[in-house]
Amino acid sequence: MLKIENLHASIEGKEILKGINLEINEGEVHAIMGPNGSGKSTLASVIVGRDYVQITDGRILYDGEDITKWSPEERALKGVFLGFQYPVEIPGVSMVNFLRAAINEQRKYRGEEPISPSEFLRIMREKKNLVGIDSALTNRSVNEGFSGGEKKKNEIFQMAMLEPRLAILDETDSGLDIDALRTVAQGVNALKRPDNATIVITHYQRLLNYIVPDFVHVLYKGKILKSSGKELALELEEKGYDWLQDDNGNGGI
Amino acid sequence: MEKDQDKIISEVTGSEYKYGFTSDIEMDTLPKGLNENIIHEISRRKNEPEFMLEFRLKAYRHWLKMEMPEWAHLKIPEIDYQDIIYYAVPKAKPNLESMDEVDPEIRETFTKLGIPLEEQKRLSGVAVDAVMDSASVKTTFQESLAELGIIFCSMSEAIVKYPDLIKKYLGSVVPYTDNFFAALNSAVFSDGSFVYIPKGVRCPMELSTYFRINAANTGQFERTLIIADDDSYVSYLEGCTAPMRDKNQLHAAIVEIITHENAGVKYSTVQNWYPGDKDGKGGIYNFVTKRGLCKGNHSKISWTQVETGSAITWKYPSTILKGDYSKGEFYSVAVTNNYQQADTGTKMMHIGRNTRSLIVSKGISAGRSNNSYRGLVKVTKGAENARNYSQCDSLLIGGQCGAHTFPYIEVDNKTAVVEHEATTSKIGEDQIFYCNQRGISTEDAVGMIVNGYAKEVLNQLPMEFAVEAQKLLQISLEGSVG
Amino acid sequence: MGKEVLRNKTPELTRMVLDRFEKTGTSVKTGLLPAVKIMQQKGREAFLTYGIPGYKNEKYRFTPVQKYFEKNIPPLMVPRNRNFKLDDIFRCDIPTLNTFMHVVLNGFYFEETSSLGKMEDGIRIGGLRQAMKEMPGLVSKYLNLAAGESTDGLVALNAAFATDGFFIYVPDNVVMEKPVQVVNIVNDNQSDLVQYRNLIVLGKNSEARIVVCDHTLSEYESLSNSVTEVFMDREARLDMTRLQNENNNATNITHTFIRQEARTLLNNNHISLHGGHIRNNLDIVLVGSHAKSHANGLFLMDHDQHVDNHVFVSHAAPECFSNQLYKGVLNNNATGVFSGKILVEKGAQKTEAYQVNKNILLTDTAKMNSKPQLEIYADDVKCTHGATVGQLDEEAMFYLRSRGIRENDARLMLMYAFAHDVVRKIRIEVLQDRITELVEKRLKGDIPKCHTCLVNYS
Repeated sequence: MLKIENLHASIEGKEILKGINLEINEGEVHAIMGPNGSGKSTLASVIVGRDYVQITDGRILYDGEDITKWSPEERALKGVFLGFQYPVEIPGVSMVNFLRAAINEQRKYRGEEPISPSEFLRIMREKKNLVGIDSALTNRSVNEGFSGGEKKKNEIFQMAMLEPRLAILDETDSGLDIDALRTVAQGVNALKRPDNATIVITHYQRLLNYIVPDFVHVLYKGKILKSSGKELALELEEKGYDWLQDDNGNGGI
Repeated sequence: MEKDQDKIISEVTGSEYKYGFTSDIEMDTLPKGLNENIIHEISRRKNEPEFMLEFRLKAYRHWLKMEMPEWAHLKIPEIDYQDIIYYAVPKAKPNLESMDEVDPEIRETFTKLGIPLEEQKRLSGVAVDAVMDSASVKTTFQESLAELGIIFCSMSEAIVKYPDLIKKYLGSVVPYTDNFFAALNSAVFSDGSFVYIPKGVRCPMELSTYFRINAANTGQFERTLIIADDDSYVSYLEGCTAPMRDKNQLHAAIVEIITHENAGVKYSTVQNWYPGDKDGKGGIYNFVTKRGLCKGNHSKISWTQVETGSAITWKYPSTILKGDYSKGEFYSVAVTNNYQQADTGTKMMHIGRNTRSLIVSKGISAGRSNNSYRGLVKVTKGAENARNYSQCDSLLIGGQCGAHTFPYIEVDNKTAVVEHEATTSKIGEDQIFYCNQRGISTEDAVGMIVNGYAKEVLNQLPMEFAVEAQKLLQISLEGSVG
Repeated sequence: MGKEVLRNKTPELTRMVLDRFEKTGTSVKTGLLPAVKIMQQKGREAFLTYGIPGYKNEKYRFTPVQKYFEKNIPPLMVPRNRNFKLDDIFRCDIPTLNTFMHVVLNGFYFEETSSLGKMEDGIRIGGLRQAMKEMPGLVSKYLNLAAGESTDGLVALNAAFATDGFFIYVPDNVVMEKPVQVVNIVNDNQSDLVQYRNLIVLGKNSEARIVVCDHTLSEYESLSNSVTEVFMDREARLDMTRLQNENNNATNITHTFIRQEARTLLNNNHISLHGGHIRNNLDIVLVGSHAKSHANGLFLMDHDQHVDNHVFVSHAAPECFSNQLYKGVLNNNATGVFSGKILVEKGAQKTEAYQVNKNILLTDTAKMNSKPQLEIYADDVKCTHGATVGQLDEEAMFYLRSRGIRENDARLMLMYAFAHDVVRKIRIEVLQDRITELVEKRLKGDIPKCHTCLVNYS
C-alpha cells in the first residue's frame, strides 16, 4: 500500500530525514519509535504533504503511484489520514459542519451523492459510541476549548468517521492518562480491517501494550536503524536507544 | 509556506462579481448636474406637495455650504457633483396595478437577481419593494399588509398619500444639516421605502427593499423611513446590487427609524453593490447615513449588516437611545477585497436611563483592501446605568491589506459601564492544512473558517438571507486565497 | 492613509504667536550650530504650515490648545530671575533614591558650573545648550531627527524657538548604575510660556534609568510646551518614569519621541498626579526587530483638572512587542482623555501589540473619553486592545464591607489596587515605594507632595 524509497527531506535547508525506506501492506500495524527530534513527526508530515518539509530525494509510493507532488486534500481523499499531534482549533466552525464537508468531499470524489442529514447523524452516533467520545463535543467548534485528551479522542473519532485506508497517528498517546489511552487504543483496534493499515508514531512503549504492532521501526537521527517484530518495543523500553547506536557503529551521527 | 500563502490568497480573491449585468430599459432622465432648477424639476415630476420642495431647497442651500468629511480612513477621489445624473426612472409608469404592467425587462432584471416580483412566486413571508435607479417599480403584498393597518409603499407614494406622517417624521432623526451626504440626499432623494406599523401590530412577514442601480452616470439617493408605533414590531431587509461599470457611481442614502414605546425594529442589510474590478476600477461609492431613534421607553432597534460590495463604504448605522430601558444592537460583517475600502461602524448614543447597547463587528480584509471599524459609544450626563459592550474583531487574509479599529468612548456619567474589546487574527495555515488533510479544498476551508468567524453576526439574519449571506461571503473572498 | 487635516486652521492665531516669539527672542540666534539653525528654520516653516491645533483638529479634539494660546501668555526666551538658591524654592529628597539630580528651570538648564557633567565610562549629562558646544557632532546627528517629521504645530513651535533643556548621553556598552533625576520647574513672578527641549541618546547595549519630574511652583498662569527625543541604539535598555505634579494654574504639554533600534527594551511610565491641564504625546517607533516596548500610564485628577494622554506605538519592524497600559481615576469635574494607537506597518510580521485603557469615574460630573485604536497592515500579528469606563467593582466592595471594612476604606483599597497595576511597573524600587505613597495620599484627597519637598500646590 505504502512504499517509501530512500526518502530524504529537509526543513529550512536542514536535512531531517536521511534516506528512509519503509513498506507497509494492507492489514498491518506499524509502530515507529524514536527519541525526540529523530524525525518521526517530519515523516508523518511528509506523507500527508505538509509543504514546509522539502523532499530532496526519494519517493513515496501509495498504491504504486508517486504521491510526492499531490496536494494534501488529494492524499486525504485517497484515504491517507493523519491524527495530528497538536490538533488546531478552528473557532466558529462546528464539528458537524466540518465533518459533513469532509465526508461529502469524499463522496463527491467517489462520484456519490452527498450524505443525507439523517444518515450522517446516524453514523455520527454510531462512531461516537465506538470511540467513546462525549456527545457534547460534536456540538462545539472544531477542537475549540477541548482538553488535550478530548482533542486526541476527537482525532480518533474523525478517523472513525472518514474510514481511511492508511491512518498515521502522530504521538496520539502523548498527554493522555491511562483511561484515555485505553479508549483511544480501543478505537484504533476496532477500526482495524484487513484492507487498511495503521502507522503509530510514539516514543513510549506504553501505547503498544494496547495497540499491538506487527512491526516496530526505530527512527534515529533521520534514519531507520532497526526494524523488527513487536518484541523490539519492549527491548527499547528496557535498554533505551543508545544500545542501537553501539550495535551499529555509524548508526546516527 | 510563502507559496501556500500566495496560493490561498489568490484563490480567495479571484472571483467575479455575479450581478454585474446591465439591463436595457428605457429611462426618463434629467440632465446631469445639480442646481435649484433640477430640484424644482425632481419635485415637480414627483407631484410633491409644496413643503417637500421647501425641504429639498433648504437642504440644497445648506449642502452648498458644507465640505466633504475628511476624517474617515479612506482615500476618496475627487467627486464632480455636476457630472452626476440625479434623476433617472424607468419610463413605464411606477405604481402599477398588476404585474403585467411592469416592463418585462425590469421583471427580467429582478428575476435574474433572484427577486421575482410576482407575489405568488415570492418566498413565503417576505414582501418586497423593488427600487431601480431613482424609482420604486413594484411593491408586493401591499393589500394584505394594509388589512393590518401596515403601510408599506414607496417613499414617493407616501409623500403624496401620507403627508402628515412625512411632515412629522422625515428628517426628524437625520436632519438635513447632519452631514454632507445627508444634506445632498435630502435635496435630491428620489425614492425609497416607507413603512408604518400601527400600535400593537407585529408585522407577520419580513418587509424588504431591493435596490438596483442600472443606468450609467446616475447617482442613487434613496430614502427609507420606518415608524414603529407603540408595542409594534417589524423585521426589515434591504439588498443592493449594481452593474459593472468602469466609472464610479455615487450612492448616498438615508435610513431613518423611529420606535415608540415598547416597539422593536430589526433592520438587516446585505450590501453587494458592485465593488469595482480586480484593479480597483469602477465600483459604487456607498456613503450612507442610517440612524434610528429609540424614542419610547423599552423600545429596541437592531442593525445587522453584511457588507461585501462597494468600492468605498462610509456607513455608520446608529441608534439614539432616548427612551428609558431602550436597547440598541449593531451586528456587522464587512468584507473588503482587491482595492475596496470600508470605513464602517456605529454610534450608540445613550440618553435615557438604563439603556443598553451591544456592538459586534467582524471585519475581513483581503487583497489590497483597507477595512476600518469606527464606532462611538457616548453616555450623556443623564443616562444613568448605561451599559455597552463592544467586540470588534479583524481577520486579515494576506499581507497586502489593512485592518483598523477606531473606537471612540465618551462617558459623562459615573454609573456607566462601557467595555470595548478587539482582536486581530489571520486564517492560520495550520487551520487550512487541517481541513485539507480531511479532504476539504482550500477554498472551501477558507469559506468555512470565515463563516465560522462571522457566525455571531450571520445568526442575526433572517433564515433565507443568512444562507445568501454565507454564500456571498465566500464569493466575495474567492480568489483571495488559493 | 486617513487624511490628516494638515492645513493650518488657525492662521491668525498662529501668526500672532509667531510674532510674539520673534519680537521677544533675539538673543538666542547667535552662536548656534548649523544643525540647530536648520531645525529652527524648519520648525518655523512647519509651524506656519500646521499652525496651532484648532478646535476641530481630531488629535486635540478634547484639549483646547487654541484656548491656551489665545490667553496671550508671553514667551520666556532667556533665563531670568535666577539669583536665588535652588534649595530655597525646591528640594526633592527621596533619600534612598541616590540619583544624579539635574534641574531645568523655566526651560533652561540650571547649573552653577557651565560644563557638562563628565563621569566614568563617558556618560555625559547636562544642559542641551552646553552639549551643543561640547558635543556638536552628536547633537547635530540626533537633534530633531525624530521630532522633525511631526505634523503637530506645537512640536514645530518648539523646534523653532526652544534652545535649552537637558541632555543625556550613555556610550555603547555602558550601564549607568545610578538613576538620573531631572526636575523641570516652572517658577517665576509672572506668567510665562516656557519651551524646552531634551535629548537622550543611548548607545548600543547601554542601560539607563531616568526619572523626570514636572513641577510648577509659579502662582501665575503658565504654559509649557516641551519636546523630548530619545534614541535607543541596538540592545539599549531604558527605564523612564515621568512624574507630573503641578498646580492648577499650570498647563503642561509634553511631546516625547522615542526611537527603538533592534532588541532594545523600553519601560516608560507616566504618572500624572496633579495639574491644571496636562497633555502628553508619546510617540514610539520600533525601527529594529525584536524591540520591546512598555508604555504605562496612570492619571489621578480631580476638581476641574484635565489630562489627555496620546500614545502612538508604531511597529515598523517585524517581531517586536509592545504593550500599553493606561489607567485613570477621575473625581469631581475632572476630564480625562486617552487616545492610544497601535500601527503595524506592512511587513512587520509576527508583531505582538497590546493596549489596555481602564478608567474609573467617581462622580457624575467627571468625564472620560477613550479612543483605543488599531491600524494594521500585516497579517501575521497578534493585536488586541480593550478599554473600559466604569466604577469600582460593586461585588468586591460588598465583599470587603461584609468583612467589616468601612465603605470609605474599602473604596480606597480598591482604588489603590486599581492604580497599583501601573505603579508596580516602575522598576526603581525606592521610587516605586515613593510613588505608591504619593498615589495613596492623592487618592485620600491629601496634597501629594514628598515629605521634604517645599512645593506648594494650593
